[in-house]
Amino acid sequence: MSILKPDFIKPVAIGAVIFAALAFLPSFADSYYMSLAISVVSFAVLATAWSMFSGPTRYISLATVVFFGIGAYTVAVLGEIMAFPLVLVCAGLAGTVVALLVGFSTLRLAGVYFVIFTFGLTELVRQVVSWYEVNVTREMGRYVFLDITQNDIYWQLLALFAVLLLTGFVLGRSRLGFALRIIGEDETVAKHCGIDVTRVKVALFVLSALFMTLTGAIIAPRWTYIDPVIAFNPMLSFQVVIMALLGGPRRLLGPLLGVIPLTLLFEVLTASFPNHFSILLGCVFMVIVYLLPGGVVGLYEKYRAPKKRTLSSSPETTRKSEEKTA
Amino acid sequence: MEISAKLRFATIAAATTALMSSATLFGANAQETYRIGYAVSKTGPGAPGAATSTIPNYEMWVKEVNDAGGLKVGDKQLPIEVVEYDDRSSSEEAVRAVERLINQDKVDFILSPWGTGINLAVAPILDRAGYAHLAGTAVTDKAPQLAKRWKNSYWLLGTGEQYAVEMAEFLKGLKDAGKINDKVAMIAVADGFGIELSKAGRAALEDRDFDLVYDKTYPLGSQDLATIVNDIKSLGADTFVAFSYPPGTLGLTEQSRVLGFNPKVFYAGVGTAFPLYKDRFGADAEGVVSLGGASENDPKIADYIKRHIAFAGREPDRWASIVNWASLQSLHQAIERAGSTDREAVNAELAKGGFDTILGTYKPGDQNFWQVGQWQDGKFVGVAPTSMEGAHELVFPKPAWKAAN
Repeated sequence: MSILKPDFIKPVAIGAVIFAALAFLPSFADSYYMSLAISVVSFAVLATAWSMFSGPTRYISLATVVFFGIGAYTVAVLGEIMAFPLVLVCAGLAGTVVALLVGFSTLRLAGVYFVIFTFGLTELVRQVVSWYEVNVTREMGRYVFLDITQNDIYWQLLALFAVLLLTGFVLGRSRLGFALRIIGEDETVAKHCGIDVTRVKVALFVLSALFMTLTGAIIAPRWTYIDPVIAFNPMLSFQVVIMALLGGPRRLLGPLLGVIPLTLLFEVLTASFPNHFSILLGCVFMVIVYLLPGGVVGLYEKYRAPKKRTLSSSPETTRKSEEKTA
Repeated sequence: MEISAKLRFATIAAATTALMSSATLFGANAQETYRIGYAVSKTGPGAPGAATSTIPNYEMWVKEVNDAGGLKVGDKQLPIEVVEYDDRSSSEEAVRAVERLINQDKVDFILSPWGTGINLAVAPILDRAGYAHLAGTAVTDKAPQLAKRWKNSYWLLGTGEQYAVEMAEFLKGLKDAGKINDKVAMIAVADGFGIELSKAGRAALEDRDFDLVYDKTYPLGSQDLATIVNDIKSLGADTFVAFSYPPGTLGLTEQSRVLGFNPKVFYAGVGTAFPLYKDRFGADAEGVVSLGGASENDPKIADYIKRHIAFAGREPDRWASIVNWASLQSLHQAIERAGSTDREAVNAELAKGGFDTILGTYKPGDQNFWQVGQWQDGKFVGVAPTSMEGAHELVFPKPAWKAAN
């Protein structure tokens, strides 16, 4: 309804300019910096997509790698049969179907049960894929020989991230986004307001999963070889959660503030202390948890905007009054 | 703990040697060290394998070369400088680490990572940047196609099929001699390696008129295989074949021993040729068959094993370690033959082959090593291909488990 208002056009225009500028990165950076950029952008998509669902609903999902892996596997299976854009469409469909199934069967679970379920889901999907490969195709491990360059991967991811941010931005101003925030604050209240809680949650879960699936599909050609252990590595889910939490999952650009420093930190640690990576990483996480419990966004809110009410609740209140007048 | 202290020491030692010699021996304008980079799995699921077959060999080679004054390049001696990373058993990390080695560290040569998946992940990058790739720990049925696709890549351990076919051929010899019946019980780990070998093994055994009375897979990481052993025990197969990975290999052996399952031929997979197998099972290792093998009567191999024990404090495994070492020797000679650090010149020499290694005259990619081996008197010796020089007679039938209780 408010598409043409300046408070919509301005951020979108700024975003478009920034993304257009980023698209020229390959002209300046060598392939090492490009691979670093791919890492940053792919985690940015994953963490933002994760926060899109988990931020407002406060459901901690450890299923990121399930969808990521489904995307990667779709490319491994279909990559040599059809054109890449079609493969991406198929990956998106596969991710959507799985997310729908998972969503409707689990989003009634609350709190810690949901966390455990999503973690178990990774193992479940990995075992199902393994079982299929062992008993049906009798080939474990698939080869992805596609002539997709590093720069192509970067551009695709960048475009995906742009679409994701735009989606998130529109969503934040839509009735669906509003409903989601109410659910996050209090599910019972949401029900009493007449919100179909399950439907809203599933819709968001599917949307978030779709972006994760596409990320996996876009990255897959980089690995040449995919097996269930590589594609469904649970580490990825944890990394995404940590990055999103460091940044702040309740704001659209929050996760990005976690992704950039952590990806660069991983890189510096790996490059400079290859033998002490895990120990140093553990120390860094402790520092984050003790000193930055609210994430980077939380820090900003604490020191830079002390007079405002906490930002997590203010959009709701403004929105509420808007809804009333509407 | 001990390993990581050693690792650090080796790195510091290599770096110090490199710095000192560069400061004292050479002028500032010429290349002063030969920079070698590698990213291997120091942590994660690949770590035990990398710590067995890959890392000790790399470190020992660098130390030996530097102790001898370095690589002879033309009329200069260039010490080796090492840049190493941990790929944390992740393809994505490995890809990035190799990009870093190429573009940031600008190393002269890159040694291969550990494992089939990760070697495949880095292969296209090495190829694009013109680096040779001596993949020392990848078993893939696509090996011949891959070598064609990336012309400077060498798939040293060959295809899964070759091991399975050689084993089937060897079993056929025993069957034809009336020593074993035609019943074979086969299991495989549900992972790339196990599936590839069991697929090839199934076909090869059926071609040779064997009857597969048991043919199942078990999940990766599973160690408790007692139910499988129990099932198989009553089937009357003289031959038991397990295309297993180290945890399964150890579990199967243990449970067969406890349950008194003692077929005439007991073939277990990766891990059997590891020194820890002998350490764990002692005299009960006697007669167990697996892939790999070493001619310990060959003075070169015996000397290599001795040096490996002195350097790493333990024996090398009798399969990938030996092939890895031969590839390092090949690289050493290729650099010296090329007389320059120029990558293309070294690559061209590698492609020519004819290197003098512990595997005899060797060209990377040659499959002139043992495909089937057996523990005999505390040594893991080669028994097939029987046409190879130094092939041992099979200890047959497998002696009874001794320590069962």
